[in-house]
Amino acid sequence: MCGIVGLFLKDKSLEPKLGEMLTDMLITMTDRGPDSAGIAIYGTDAENKTKLTVQSGNPDADFAGLDTALAAEIGSPVTLRRKDTHAVLEMNGGLDESARLALSMLRPDVRVMSAGDTIEIYKEVGLPKDVATRFELSKMSGTHGIGHTRMATESAVTTLGAHPFSTGTDQCLVHNGSLSNHNSLRRRLKREGVRIETENDTEVGAAYLTWKMRNGATLGEALESSLDDLDGFFTFVVGTKDGFGVVRDPIACKPAVMAETDQYVAFGSEYRALVNLPGIETARVWEPEPATVYFWNH
Amino acid sequence: MQTINLEADGLRSMNAALQGQSTDTNQTSWEIVNPKGSHAIAVGLDAPIEVTVKGSTGYYCAGMNKQATVHINGSAGPGVAENMMSGTVIVDGDASQYAGATGRGGLLVIKGNASSRCGISMKGIDIVVHGNIGHMSAFMAQSGNLVVCGDAGDALGDSIYEARLFVRGSVKSLGADCIEKEMRPEHIEILRDLLEKAGCDAKPEEFKRYGSARQLYNFKIDNAGAY
Repeated sequence: MCGIVGLFLKDKSLEPKLGEMLTDMLITMTDRGPDSAGIAIYGTDAENKTKLTVQSGNPDADFAGLDTALAAEIGSPVTLRRKDTHAVLEMNGGLDESARLALSMLRPDVRVMSAGDTIEIYKEVGLPKDVATRFELSKMSGTHGIGHTRMATESAVTTLGAHPFSTGTDQCLVHNGSLSNHNSLRRRLKREGVRIETENDTEVGAAYLTWKMRNGATLGEALESSLDDLDGFFTFVVGTKDGFGVVRDPIACKPAVMAETDQYVAFGSEYRALVNLPGIETARVWEPEPATVYFWNH
Repeated sequence: MQTINLEADGLRSMNAALQGQSTDTNQTSWEIVNPKGSHAIAVGLDAPIEVTVKGSTGYYCAGMNKQATVHINGSAGPGVAENMMSGTVIVDGDASQYAGATGRGGLLVIKGNASSRCGISMKGIDIVVHGNIGHMSAFMAQSGNLVVCGDAGDALGDSIYEARLFVRGSVKSLGADCIEKEMRPEHIEILRDLLEKAGCDAKPEEFKRYGSARQLYNFKIDNAGAY
C-alpha cells in the first residue's frame, strides 16, 4: 500500500497555495504510507536557469562551500539554497550535466534527487507530516506537484527508495503497486544509457518513461506504451515541466480518485485526500478507468 | 432524527452508537454529517434503523449490514456494503471497486456507476446498478441477482456458480463459463420487482440474462493431460 496525491493547477491565483494544499493532501494519506514521504513541485521557470536538487546524509559537511567549489569546477556562478538534508543548486541553463559530473567528484556521497528548470524533489524517511515540516513544503508555490507516502514492499526504507523518482530532466513519477518485470527492464534500459541508481521497481517505471520520451514519445504516448511493456500492479502519477499524467494497469486494484474543476485537476489514492480542496463539493469526481491514459498540459 | 458529526465525534463513537441500537429501538432515523471520505462508516449495524450519510465515504461503508437502511448522499469508496446480510444500502453517486462483495442478502442500489469487481463472490445479495459496471464483476458469484442498467466491462461473471446477471446495455466480454441465457417469464418478474425496489424505470424486457454454463462444476477427465 502507498498513498499518492497530485495537483495540477489551471488557475494561476492558486499557485502560491500549491504547497499548502498538497501538504494537507499528503498528510491525509499517512496511514497508506507512514515510512517515507516525498514531493515533487514544479515552481517558476527562471529564464535560462536550471537547477539540481541534491540530498546528503551529512548535509553540514557536504553543503559547506559547495556552491563556490562547484562554480569553480564549471566556470559559472552557482547558488545554493539549503533545506534540511536537501539543497537546491541553481546555475545557468545547460550546465546541469557538467555540474552533476563535478558534484560526483567533489561530494561523492551527495545524491541528485532531480534536475531541471522548474522541478524540485524533496523526500525522506519518516512520517509525512515530519517530512513536510522539515522541508517547509506548505510554503512552496508552483504550477503543479505530486506527493507520495510510502509503505515499502519492493526495496528498503531509505531516502533513495522513497518516491518521487526522477530519471529525466523535469520528469518525475510516483507509484502505488509493484512491478514484476523490473529486473529485466532495468538491464535493458541501462544498456540504452538511461541512468538508474537503485534496485527499486518504481525507478524502472520512471526510467522507462524517460527512455520513451527521449526517443520522441509524448508523455501520453509513453504512458500508453507502458501498458504493454510493464508487468505488475501500478497506479502511476507522472509530472513533466508542463504536464501531469495518470495511468492504471488493466487490473486496477490500486485505488485512484480524480477531481476536476475550472481551477485544478487533482489526484488522490482516496477521496479523503481531496476533501479540503476548494470547490470539491461541485467538482467532477471520478475513478480513472483501468488501462486508460489521462494527461493534462499547461 | 439523531445527528452525528463524524468529524467532531469520531468514527468509533459513531459506530458504537449505531451498533448499540436494538431491534425495537425508537431512535430509527440517523444522519451522519462530515463523512469526508472516512473509512468504515456505519458498519456492522443490526437494527431496523435508517442512516443517511451526508457526503462521500471511503473504504467499506455499511459493511456487514443487517436490517438497517444506509443511504449515502455521495459516492462510495472500495468495498461498500461488503458481506451484507440483509437490509438496504443506497449510493446516490458512484461506487468504487468490489461493491457488494460476498454479500449474503439485502439490496444494494448504486445510482451512478460501479467500478471493477462489483458483486465479486456474491452469495445471495441483490445489486442494482443504474449505470455501468467495470471488469471482473460477479466473479465467482454464487447466488443472488446483479442488475446492470448500463454496460458491463470485461470478463463478466467469470467462473460463476448460480447467480443471475441481468444487463441492459452491452457486455464487453463474458468470463469463463458465463453465457447468455433465455429470459423466461419468472426472470422478468424477478427483474421487475428489483427495478421497482431500486427506483429504476428501465423495462425488464430490455435486459438480457447471463448465468453459468455449469461446465466448471466438475473436473473433466478428458482435460487431465492439460495439467
